[in-house]
Amino acid sequence: MLELQNVNVIAEGKPILTDISFKIPDGETHILMGPNGSGKTTLLHAIMGTGNIEIKSGQIIFEGEDITALPTHERARRGIGVAAQRPPVIQELTLATLVDLVKKAGNGAKNVDELVQTMNCGYLMDRRFNVNFSGGEVKRAEFLQLLVQDPKLALIDEPESGVDLDNIAVIGRALHRLLKQEKVLDRHKSGLIITHTGYILEYLNADRGYVLIDGHIACSGNPRDLFEEVEIHGYEGCEQCIRCQ
Amino acid sequence: MNNRKAELKKQALAARDKQALYGPDMELGGYGMGNGEDKRLKNLSDIPSRLKEASLLAGFQAGEEQRSGSYLQQGENVLYDRVKDIYRNQIEVMQIEEALKKYEWLWDYWWKTVAVDTDKYTAWTELHHRGGYFMRIKRGQKVKMPIQACLLMSENAASQRVHNIVIAEEGSRAEIITGCSTSPKVDEGVHLGVSEFYIHKNAELSFTMVHNWGAAFHVRPRTGIVVDEGGSFISNYILLRPLESLQTNPRAVLRGRGARVRFNSIIHGREHSLIDIGSVIDLQAEESRGESVSRAAVSDEAIVTMRGLLRADTDKTRGHLSCSGLLLSRDAVVDALPQLSVSGAPGADLAHEAAIGPVDEESVQYLMSRGLEREEAESAIIQGFMKVGIEGLPEVLDQLVKNLGRQITESGRG
Repeated sequence: MLELQNVNVIAEGKPILTDISFKIPDGETHILMGPNGSGKTTLLHAIMGTGNIEIKSGQIIFEGEDITALPTHERARRGIGVAAQRPPVIQELTLATLVDLVKKAGNGAKNVDELVQTMNCGYLMDRRFNVNFSGGEVKRAEFLQLLVQDPKLALIDEPESGVDLDNIAVIGRALHRLLKQEKVLDRHKSGLIITHTGYILEYLNADRGYVLIDGHIACSGNPRDLFEEVEIHGYEGCEQCIRCQ
Repeated sequence: MNNRKAELKKQALAARDKQALYGPDMELGGYGMGNGEDKRLKNLSDIPSRLKEASLLAGFQAGEEQRSGSYLQQGENVLYDRVKDIYRNQIEVMQIEEALKKYEWLWDYWWKTVAVDTDKYTAWTELHHRGGYFMRIKRGQKVKMPIQACLLMSENAASQRVHNIVIAEEGSRAEIITGCSTSPKVDEGVHLGVSEFYIHKNAELSFTMVHNWGAAFHVRPRTGIVVDEGGSFISNYILLRPLESLQTNPRAVLRGRGARVRFNSIIHGREHSLIDIGSVIDLQAEESRGESVSRAAVSDEAIVTMRGLLRADTDKTRGHLSCSGLLLSRDAVVDALPQLSVSGAPGADLAHEAAIGPVDEESVQYLMSRGLEREEAESAIIQGFMKVGIEGLPEVLDQLVKNLGRQITESGRG
């Protein structure tokens, strides 16, 4: 589904990501973890083609096509979707207008009303997007759009941040649905999920994890094992691990 | 009466060279005055196609299907004024000169909300006025269909000088949609329009004005509104096309307890347009409320000034001003000048907000990440910007705003 080959990214002249390479096969969900400022969100920007960054070298391949220089909307139309950690406040648009735009831009999900209900967004639809939304409302609005968009590859930035336990459950179920994880065999939807806490792992089957430190992938492996190690030793311990060195 | 007419004329003559407080000065003498002959249409559908097209652009329906009454004037010539039969007991629509002949009492409304010697434009209108509409919504009548009016200009380098009076009698409710427009190939001219609105006790009036002028037009509307106890007046204004200069600063006086007024202005400043638009709201009665919302998207080398003045001299009054400018080019100039003034009313509650900035790049990228092309994303944001804080736009205006958002992105930002 997605392959990064030796991707180097700079922002304002400074290197942020160094020599990033990994593959996410069809149907797999991978987890990205790492300390604050390690470059996780920048990596999602690089894949989506957003943010004030520049890809200096390397290639991003999506379904066999080099999308490194492709405009953002073309990437979205090919099947990449993102749920931002801190999406912008867009006071010019209501959530209803936004959802309608997303629907028209994509294949046009037919069950928008049902998705609005599932994400408990009915009362938010006529409000200006993210204006005075709570943490949980911001996330639910993100996932509502993503469900309408129904991408092949979902890039999710810290779905549990600023969200209470009830909302984590709603979002976890949405993620499960988005990645069509109810299917054991013949899974085609893929995901790359940034998480700090690992709570979200309770709601999905993650296949592989990466630890990003100072802009490079320091470690990879089973995501649950990686979390356990980080919980015990912290990212400082991770940096000193022989395997990572 | 003759004394008053003479006094008005005297005041107008004294003010005929008086510069306006705001906006660029201009010479009025060089523009044609027309022949003053009215050629009435029997049916509105008989309107020549080039005028029909122009009036449509300003939201005017030649078919009249969804309208209760219509007024159409081309230059100085009143082409049509009619009320549909089923609305005759509810409203009156006629040329102002006829109304002044018919109703002696109308002189009590003439030049009462706007001073004849305000500036050369009011003076010129008094000295040379020709046409304009009189609309009366009769006591207690709730009019289901809007009344429409259109002031067209179809000759180059001509001037139009109209004086309108609208009276919403006690307990009435109505909506008026007016448009000002030019025929194709008419680029140069002057439009002077004095409009006086009287909203009597518990009456409600929504007034929508669409301006669609040529690139070398000077436009100077002069508007006064009084609102009595429990009355409500909503003004929606939209400017669609570039012009040479526009200066207007309507004043509403809320003189009755619980009176309400709201000004909504939607402007696209483009090319070399010089636009100075504002509003003055005088809160003179307890429980009165005033609100003014201006949105200007400014491209090319246009200059837009948004003014607003809320004045309160009575307790238990409330007002809010909001001016926002969206910068669409490096050479665009936007000034937002909200002003609040309270005198002898410690219980008055006035507030304002003003913002000027570009289309937010993060928001554009966000929409692009949902599959929208850059132009689509910008268009959606511009459309939304025009309507932020503006509630309940009439359908005709809502559609025009949509078209405007598309037009801005398609024509480029300049």
